[in-house]
Amino acid sequence: MKVKLPQWAVLVIALVVGILIQVAIQLELLNAYLALILTYMCIMIVSSLGLSIIYGFTGQFSLGHAAFMGLGAYAGAVFTHYVGSGDGVVAPWAFLLALIVGGVFAALVGYLAGLPILRLSSDYLGIATLGLGIIVRVTLENSDKIIPITAGARGMTGIDAPPLIFLWAFAILLLAVIVARNLRFSSVGRACFSIREDETAANLMGIDVVRYKTIAFVLGCFYAGVAGVLYAHTYVFLHPMSFDFLKSFDPLLIVVLGGLGSLSGTVLAGAGWVAVLEGLRMLLSGDLARFLEWRYVIYPVVLIIMMLLRPQGIFGTREFAFLTPREVEAPEPALADGVVTDGAHS
Amino acid sequence: MTYWLQQLLNGIALGFVYALIALGYTMVYGIVRLINFAHGDVFMVGAFVSLFVLRAIGSLTVTGAPWADGLILFLITVVASMVVCAALNVVIERLAYKPLRNAPRIAALITAIGVSLSIEFFTSLRFLFGPDFVRYPTPLPSTSWTIAGLQVSAIQVLIAGVAIVLLLGLNYVVRYTKMGKAMRATAFDRDTARLMGIDVDLTISFTFGLGAALAGAAGVLYATSYPQLYTFMGIVPGLKAFTAAVMGGIGSIPGAFVGALIMGVAEVAAKATYSTMADGVAFLILIVVLLVKPSGIFGEAAVEKV
Repeated sequence: MKVKLPQWAVLVIALVVGILIQVAIQLELLNAYLALILTYMCIMIVSSLGLSIIYGFTGQFSLGHAAFMGLGAYAGAVFTHYVGSGDGVVAPWAFLLALIVGGVFAALVGYLAGLPILRLSSDYLGIATLGLGIIVRVTLENSDKIIPITAGARGMTGIDAPPLIFLWAFAILLLAVIVARNLRFSSVGRACFSIREDETAANLMGIDVVRYKTIAFVLGCFYAGVAGVLYAHTYVFLHPMSFDFLKSFDPLLIVVLGGLGSLSGTVLAGAGWVAVLEGLRMLLSGDLARFLEWRYVIYPVVLIIMMLLRPQGIFGTREFAFLTPREVEAPEPALADGVVTDGAHS
Repeated sequence: MTYWLQQLLNGIALGFVYALIALGYTMVYGIVRLINFAHGDVFMVGAFVSLFVLRAIGSLTVTGAPWADGLILFLITVVASMVVCAALNVVIERLAYKPLRNAPRIAALITAIGVSLSIEFFTSLRFLFGPDFVRYPTPLPSTSWTIAGLQVSAIQVLIAGVAIVLLLGLNYVVRYTKMGKAMRATAFDRDTARLMGIDVDLTISFTFGLGAALAGAAGVLYATSYPQLYTFMGIVPGLKAFTAAVMGGIGSIPGAFVGALIMGVAEVAAKATYSTMADGVAFLILIVVLLVKPSGIFGEAAVEKV
């Protein structure tokens, strides 16, 4: 990145690209399958950015991310079911509200669950969130006893789709990146990074560890919830098994591969991960189709090799220039300074 | 009343299976501070190994009496599974965990998750175990007796018998052999143990092998009582056994045993009252234990060093 574009220019270019893709989808230059993959890519990145805030920024190892996505998805789908006209299309205002409802619901559950379990450290937190994920799945499977339209373990159908779903997902992705980037270089972000680096030291510096851990966890869950609402209205079918804890490993893999704490890494790894998984599906057609199931053998192996050879991920904590504020050229020293000054007033 | 006593009995039988898995978790955690996620998959491999052994020599007749033959076959499959699983876990430890022994704990944990997923997906390939449910041909006749109104099946008696023998064997190994002493020393303080001339790498490998052998036996016992195998079957029992180990106090062998019995009984009780929520109950217990007494029943409260 030698040529430094102004940051608003990067945003404009991204928006134009998004609109062009949506136009191509409308004109059927891109087929429905490709459109679905591109939408899924955005959803996956939004969800992974949420985990990046929880685990990458703050170092809270969560294995329950898919559960929060599921909670958001179901909340959003139930919401549009009740406010929608039922003719197969969701009005934009209703969808916007659904996104907020889903995100807030996931964040609320994240807050309530986080109150007790965020006290746990490293691997115990992982196991507790994994358990939480299973509890959420079991609850979703039994949810039809309270809300019949979720249909519990049979899976929820009849969800209406909003028009231009790709553009929605893309716009939310941009928003998610901007919010996460602003968070990263704010005092809250620096506090989170200091907790990640050394919780005890951060505490001694006067950082309210519990508060920042909760903020990061709740915001990450909000991201997951919003991604879930997008998922629900893209695939118009929900099943509790789609949010099983095995699915929580997908965003984990993306965050770890991209680099813990790197937004650029998370975005690229998320896009690359979906592209490779789906691309292989296209490449390995016909006779080669029997190698398709090898995809899921290889990706955990990639994860292991990554841990053995480059545990900090592809990007480490580096960012693209356009995701870094002007005055902060190199993130590392700025972080170190920030922690100290931050601690003084919080 | 009889109904609940019956459930208690079934719960204890399940608890014995969990105990065998939980011991592997607790020993490995005790010695390298790693939650070996792949342990549940080793358990799954154990069940499948016994399936293949049965397919190969299932029609074996030694004595002619179906009971005696079934028992012999059963014991052969237990031993075969134990050997294969021990070898598998030692290989996993050498390849994946040993290079990360001094890395941050989360790096090792992520590696363990990677190992777990790769075993699951690799074994679901068609030329291996396949992605479908497989029926398990139990070699034992389904006899059961009624004692004081309670139904006791031959399989339950056998599960309890095999589990008790293995647990006593483990107790002997850990307490009275040289290797057991080395294990305890390494778990207590790895660096000092090395300075005292203990081959730490060998001891850690041995611990992984020993734990996996128990998991392999548990796989056979589990398959005998729930005769349906598939490659993801190890995850949930594995997590429940881990929960049991945490409940009993991770690192503690009697703790894992007691925790597993409680876990088995709690699960069966939950199934008897509200079956679809049973899996959730187990993990609710986990979260409550982690919050209320993270050191477990038999564990010592660890002081966090700064």
